[in-house]
Amino acid sequence: MKLLASPATLRRSGILGMNERNIGLIGKFNPRCNFPLVDDKVKTKLAAQELGIHVPELYGVVEYQFEVKDVIRRLEPLESFVIKPSQGSGGKGILVITGREGENYVKSSGAVVDESHIRRHLSNVLAGLHSLGGRNDKAMVEALIDFDPYLANYSYEGVPDVRVIVLKGVPVMAMMRCATHASDGKANLHQGAVGVGLDIASGRAVSAVQHGSLCLRHPDTGATFEALEIPHWEQVLALAASCVEMTGMDYIGADVVLDRQFGATLLELNARPGLSIQVANQSGLRHRLAIANDIAESTDDPEEKIALAREAFAVRS
Amino acid sequence: MLSTRLRIDLIAGVLILTGVGLMLYKVFSMGFPLLPGESREVWTVESKISFRPLREHGPVEVELKLPKPVAGWQVLDEHFASSGFGFSVTERSGDRWAVWTRQQLEEAATLYFKAQVFRPDPRELADQSLRPADKPMLEKDQQAAMDRLIAKLHEQSTGPRTFAALLIQALNQENKDPDAEFLLGTWEDEIDSVLLAVLARAEIPARALRGIRLQDGRRRQTLSWLLEIHNGKDSLVFDPETGQRGLPDNFFVWERGGGDILNVIGAQDSRLEFALVSNSLPAKTVAVMDERVHKFALLDFSIYSLPVEQQGVFKGLLLIPVAALVVVIMRLLVGLKTSGTFMPILIALAFMQTTLLVGLAMFIVLVSIGLWIRSWLSHMNLLLVSRISAVVIVVIFLMAALAIASYKLGFDQVLSVTFFPTIILSWTIERMSVLWEEEGPHEVLVQGGGSLLVAVLAYLAMSNNLVAHLTFNFPELMLSLLGVILLLGKYTGYRLSELYRFRALGGQS
Repeated sequence: MKLLASPATLRRSGILGMNERNIGLIGKFNPRCNFPLVDDKVKTKLAAQELGIHVPELYGVVEYQFEVKDVIRRLEPLESFVIKPSQGSGGKGILVITGREGENYVKSSGAVVDESHIRRHLSNVLAGLHSLGGRNDKAMVEALIDFDPYLANYSYEGVPDVRVIVLKGVPVMAMMRCATHASDGKANLHQGAVGVGLDIASGRAVSAVQHGSLCLRHPDTGATFEALEIPHWEQVLALAASCVEMTGMDYIGADVVLDRQFGATLLELNARPGLSIQVANQSGLRHRLAIANDIAESTDDPEEKIALAREAFAVRS
Repeated sequence: MLSTRLRIDLIAGVLILTGVGLMLYKVFSMGFPLLPGESREVWTVESKISFRPLREHGPVEVELKLPKPVAGWQVLDEHFASSGFGFSVTERSGDRWAVWTRQQLEEAATLYFKAQVFRPDPRELADQSLRPADKPMLEKDQQAAMDRLIAKLHEQSTGPRTFAALLIQALNQENKDPDAEFLLGTWEDEIDSVLLAVLARAEIPARALRGIRLQDGRRRQTLSWLLEIHNGKDSLVFDPETGQRGLPDNFFVWERGGGDILNVIGAQDSRLEFALVSNSLPAKTVAVMDERVHKFALLDFSIYSLPVEQQGVFKGLLLIPVAALVVVIMRLLVGLKTSGTFMPILIALAFMQTTLLVGLAMFIVLVSIGLWIRSWLSHMNLLLVSRISAVVIVVIFLMAALAIASYKLGFDQVLSVTFFPTIILSWTIERMSVLWEEEGPHEVLVQGGGSLLVAVLAYLAMSNNLVAHLTFNFPELMLSLLGVILLLGKYTGYRLSELYRFRALGGQS
């Protein structure tokens, strides 16, 4: 493998670069005024609930420092929960508690932390440590996803989620992000999670990548990605596509998880979806985006858009 | 309606062409040198005369003796600012005097005299024969003390040269000779008057050589002096405080003849202060400035027409666009990660003051110790704002400790640690520390290293002689920079880092 790819080959394979994403997609399709709805996870959640999209149950929102003590008391009876900054970026500041050990809390990594750790985490979140631009923020406490057992093999100490890039209601590209031991239970590719490219047509795995290089098995559980096929795939696509309408943004990344009970569940939206999905799929976004744009022009029916996209972007017949 | 793309191309094109065009015009029809060439240190000396009216307002006359350069110094350009005053330059017994007059003075006033001086070929002072000054008027006991001092010095010295050196030592050292102490205590408490009086009484020809110690960026420099004696053959110059011989390189001799420099009649509390800026400029630029100012109106609007203090500020400010361009290029074209968009520029500005290696070392030391202390603070579960404030205080404390420790060890450069932006440094430490906790030390190295690399590159660009020459002489180039940055803002191609990131994807399909 060469150290650097030549710009011409990248262009030929339709790889989207960061500058082009910022100017050509986000600047063009996503009106600034709609950003707050996507950047603020509490708002996203409420908007989604209005549309009947299933989201993880919200236990509470902490807005002020004095509420922290009170919240700790309310967390007492809960077996598991997730604390997130409402305007966090890049998966920063997410604390996942999967169980209890007496007075103490068990993190998804298995580490045991005490109450003061939770309190400190809440204060940091409120002070805006993890948030875009370091502004003061709210902390949201929500239910831990009870994810589909079929996927349990593909994730280590974390919730595997499916990222779907949607342009004007047309799903363009998808990947599953599997937490690994290296990524500390977080589904962040640059921290060492495995990105599995998914076929838009079938929800089957196309290729899997960790740290930029291909892999066949999950490094911790050993499950082969070859056999992976996301259950309820239509549901996932339909949910992701409907987010465009909900947010007024034409280019978004929807993070969807599969709940054991409720099926496809919207975790969060991203108005500036990253580019590593191209690595996971071993394929570029630009050509697909052009096709998706044509599909969106040709029809207004959401279901037809999805059907056309599944046809256009099918990897294996 | 033009498309945005085209509009930006047009605007950027116009900006770039305007900037380059103006620059070329200045080069070809005004004779500004494009390259720094052989540069000379040209000092801009701004003399500021301030005074207050007397209780009874009356006519005021202010006279300033204009510098009469010696020892290879040359005056390139003189400017006078005299709002509300009548002004003339007169010549009296070989000296030029600037005279400001006004019928009535009601409030405090300030007059300015600005000169650009440089020293094309440093020479020793030309010899000038001197007569011993008149002997001072003294009381009996003072006379006795002075004679005792002179006798003692005569005994120890071999001639006027060693006599003067010993005298300076006797007057300046910590435990003075009792006679010198007595003279300073009872007759004149200024060392210079005593010095000259003793030399006069010892019949050694001597006089004060008045001038300015040139220090770049000094604002309220006052007139200082050197002692000139004549040993029968040569003129010798001494520093009246250290006793050091010879004319220091940074001493601009204002006048040599003795007598007053500033006369103010009809006002009180008059003060003469100097602001100094040094520019490393091609001497010929400045040499032709004077005649050209009248020919080209454009020159009247150049940075050179500003007061010295502002010139100094702009010298630094005009470099910032260059640093901004470096940041834009490194982030958009190369794709380096930096912590904080413009933090590297601030660090680079600090490097300008500290010099690169010292700056880098101090930055790394400060941030490392800061991170270590911050990791300790993180156990205390503090609120963010107070935690950052704590880090700010710790950083200031560290800076003080570093400065004191290194000063004691004899590294003067480290004193410039104060130029680091404290708040930015604290935020950097805070961000790095959080990054460390969340993403591990690797990411800290990537972002910290990225920031430092950009800062170093920005520093190299800003400290480059050619860049400094171009930005200061051709500020219109800023328009071109603006144009380039606008164009880069529309660049949709790949970043260098993406060629690496997606290197595996080029092969297939």
